[in-house]
Amino acid sequence: MEDYQVLIGLEMHCEISKTKTKVFSSARNGYSEEANSFIRPLDMGFPGTLPVVNKKAVEMALKASMILGCQQPEYMYFERKNYYYPDMPKNFQITQETKPIPVGIYGSLTYDFNGEKKTVRINNIHLEEDAASLDHYPSFSTIDYNRAGVPLLELVTEPDMHSAEEAVAFLETMRSIYQYAEISDADSRKGQIRCDVNVSIMEKGKDPKDPKNWGTKVEIKNVNSFGGVRDAINYEIDRQIALKEEGTYDEMEQQTRRWDEDTFTTIYMRSKVDAIDYRYFVEPNIPKYRISEEWKESIRKSIPKLASERKEIYQSEYSLSEYDAKVLIKEKPVSDYYEETISLGADPKGAANWITSVILGYLNKEEMEIKDLYLTPRMLVDIMDMVRDGKISSKQSKEVLNTVLEEKREPKEIVKKLGLTQISDDKTIRDIVVKVLDEHPDLIEDHRKGKNTFDFFVGQVMKATRGQANPSLTAQIIHEEIDKR
Amino acid sequence: MMEKGLVELHEELKSGKVTSQELVEESLKKSKEVQEKYNAFVTILDDAKGEEVTEDILSGIPYGIKDNYSTKGILSTGSSNTLKDYVPFFTATAIENLSRHGAVPVNKTVLDEFGMGGTGTTGHTGIVRNPWDKTRMCAGSSAGSACAVAAGVYPYATGSDTGDSIRKPAAYCGIVGYKPTYGMISRYGLFPFASSLDHCGVLTRSVEDAAIVVDGMKGIDKYDMTSWDSSDIHLYDSLTKDIRGMKVCTIKEIVDISMYPNASQELKEHLENFHKTLEHFKELGVEVEEVSVDSTLLNAEPSVYVVISCAEATSNMSNLTGIVFGPRADADNYIDMMKKYRTEGFSPLIKRRFVIGSYVLQAENKNRYFYNAQRVRRLLVDRWKELFKAYDAVVLPVGSGPAKKFDDDKDILDKNTAVLEEHLQIGNFGGFPSITIPDGFVNHLPVAINITGNCYEDSKVLNIAYALESTMPYKNQVAKEEN
Repeated sequence: MEDYQVLIGLEMHCEISKTKTKVFSSARNGYSEEANSFIRPLDMGFPGTLPVVNKKAVEMALKASMILGCQQPEYMYFERKNYYYPDMPKNFQITQETKPIPVGIYGSLTYDFNGEKKTVRINNIHLEEDAASLDHYPSFSTIDYNRAGVPLLELVTEPDMHSAEEAVAFLETMRSIYQYAEISDADSRKGQIRCDVNVSIMEKGKDPKDPKNWGTKVEIKNVNSFGGVRDAINYEIDRQIALKEEGTYDEMEQQTRRWDEDTFTTIYMRSKVDAIDYRYFVEPNIPKYRISEEWKESIRKSIPKLASERKEIYQSEYSLSEYDAKVLIKEKPVSDYYEETISLGADPKGAANWITSVILGYLNKEEMEIKDLYLTPRMLVDIMDMVRDGKISSKQSKEVLNTVLEEKREPKEIVKKLGLTQISDDKTIRDIVVKVLDEHPDLIEDHRKGKNTFDFFVGQVMKATRGQANPSLTAQIIHEEIDKR
Repeated sequence: MMEKGLVELHEELKSGKVTSQELVEESLKKSKEVQEKYNAFVTILDDAKGEEVTEDILSGIPYGIKDNYSTKGILSTGSSNTLKDYVPFFTATAIENLSRHGAVPVNKTVLDEFGMGGTGTTGHTGIVRNPWDKTRMCAGSSAGSACAVAAGVYPYATGSDTGDSIRKPAAYCGIVGYKPTYGMISRYGLFPFASSLDHCGVLTRSVEDAAIVVDGMKGIDKYDMTSWDSSDIHLYDSLTKDIRGMKVCTIKEIVDISMYPNASQELKEHLENFHKTLEHFKELGVEVEEVSVDSTLLNAEPSVYVVISCAEATSNMSNLTGIVFGPRADADNYIDMMKKYRTEGFSPLIKRRFVIGSYVLQAENKNRYFYNAQRVRRLLVDRWKELFKAYDAVVLPVGSGPAKKFDDDKDILDKNTAVLEEHLQIGNFGGFPSITIPDGFVNHLPVAINITGNCYEDSKVLNIAYALESTMPYKNQVAKEEN
């Protein structure tokens, strides 16, 4: 391993899940348990049907292109990729090749890998239609055309990653970008993300800038989870190194393999010489159309703050720990919740504590998503304000929050119901403190000798007030009254 | 009755001299006679009923639909065995539009399989005969539509035109064939042949009727991105015979008899007749000039058409597998099912074109054939656009003479007259509005002239045709069988 440098390039397919309809047909874009329920005549290739471009899908594709720093084309074109397969009844896929240029070319993405900044060059990103999903059984296969025609973004990187972990970190960053930019849920459990992985190895010490030294490229098709990407890359690296060691590496031809999830191996599919000729040509039913500067500008403006940017703000402006910042940005809805809480006036650190410890813990336990949480950012701010103003203690506040979630009622109502108003009146507390001290002169002596009797006094005050005395005020008054004696 | 034009029929219907139901019955009866004699129809809609007559000229009047238009609940075969049992569940936009105007379809007409042919002999229901002479072809691909309109089954039938599939059969059958600017009529529901060249259009017996029908078929369609808004274009209302001051041109390399040293008698007469027709323009106050177009460019035209149309067709027709629709073939697995269905279903001509189409798109051939064809297409279109800067239209004869005998195979091109036969395809390359009208007889058979103008200038093209038509006695002519 130490003798070799690994080169990894990715082709990442991500469905755009945030459009109402498919990319060229008016069928619904969505996930349905019921097979073949979201289809229109075009999706089944009926004669005379024509593709109509979903402008929203193009907009989202351009947004992704801009985020990746790609160049956008002046004119939008689509092309046909011709092949016969039951997952696409037209028997061609409408996609974009690199000539004429697709929604984006030549960009880059810098991402965080174990605290280190890594940059991957993006060759291109293009918009195409997804194919149907097939399930194979021993004696038959089933086809679900719900997925056929769903807008799909394919991102092609240069071979700039050097380990399986780097590749996975890149994919995780991209997933977060798709989620933050509201392009896709990017949920691999729903099959929304699929990858092809290119792996080659070269001897260390050779010039990595010279493509001749890059070794023989092996493409691994259809890896459907990030775990699969990691395992497939590692398997392939080991396999290729073994060939080197055996001395048979040079006999290996450029080839396409597939990742087999059952055996955890890659399996030979075809040689580069047998590569399929897809006979691309420009889709004649979609007239080329100009992407105006105004449109581009409005798309650019619609790009929200992405995870990496938010993380930086959380650390530098809100002084959160890197750990907390990471937890908060992991899911966009959580980060949005946090930002809304702050925009309502909450202390950033306090809000972060509430969310990372209490709220996320609750969601985890209940297997819920934050969007389904009864407690709104405003309610959280109400609770935090009551603590700040001394109306309830921080201990009480946790009880309030749990009851709010249980009973689905406003925090103020809950506080009233539980009778939880905190006593913060100096005189009331002082009268009680004086009484407690008067009853235990011996313990005051013990306290002076260094014994810990202080907590006992606090406990007695709490007992007398049924826990409603403001704890910090109580402590302060006890100190004052002892000092007076 | 069915030999009359639309305006006249409309007046008769309005005045109550005849009912829509009576017209439909007459048209159905005529359909059966024509079917018997010329084999023009895939389906005759025996249960067609008259429609309410409104102010709309098209209302209550029967017409025919080329069988490559998708019609809901009605067999739509594209004249191919691959769709011999296909009954669509949606209707082409152009047909929907005609229905909205109250038009009544009475039959579906035969074409060359999927429009890929120019003879009217490759449809799965057999050859279509020319109503002027049964031993001759109608040309194609809108053979059945041309035959039926010429035989007086109804005043019009829809057609589609990828190379000359409306305008050539119109010429051979002595009627009018008009394809408007690309995208004026939605192609949604038209079985595609070559999408960048496919046009919807109509076959009629007069320019006036062509204008009325296309007014009824056209319109922007959200299901066809190449369609455009023509709501401010009213072809029928804009008709005028006053074209004084216009300038048209013809092309020396195509029309000069000296270009054809071995010209047949028919060709000579046809070209003479064409030049005589040009004289009529002078009566109309229109200037005619002969221009020259580089013959290298012109001679490349037929190959350009073959390359582009075959390439697009190969891809367009890959949806025909017999699995989702069409008669499913019996085999052990889906690949063999598809192969069997396609091998048995398509005629040899189409299969040959698929092979050409695949070949020219292959990575190693693409630049040499497909991209070069695109380049030459652009050059030809640019040259024609240049002509349209100086002239209102290009006028040329259609074909090398009247309808051919069945034993002349049109698909074996005579090198000498290839451009003469194929130049109408330039109208498809550029999406130009183009109309063919009869301009005389050769050998007792009709011949025709074509007028092609710049995109979006449909009214101008129709007016030139309308005025020219008025100087000749062929308006509303119905086929009279000589043999």
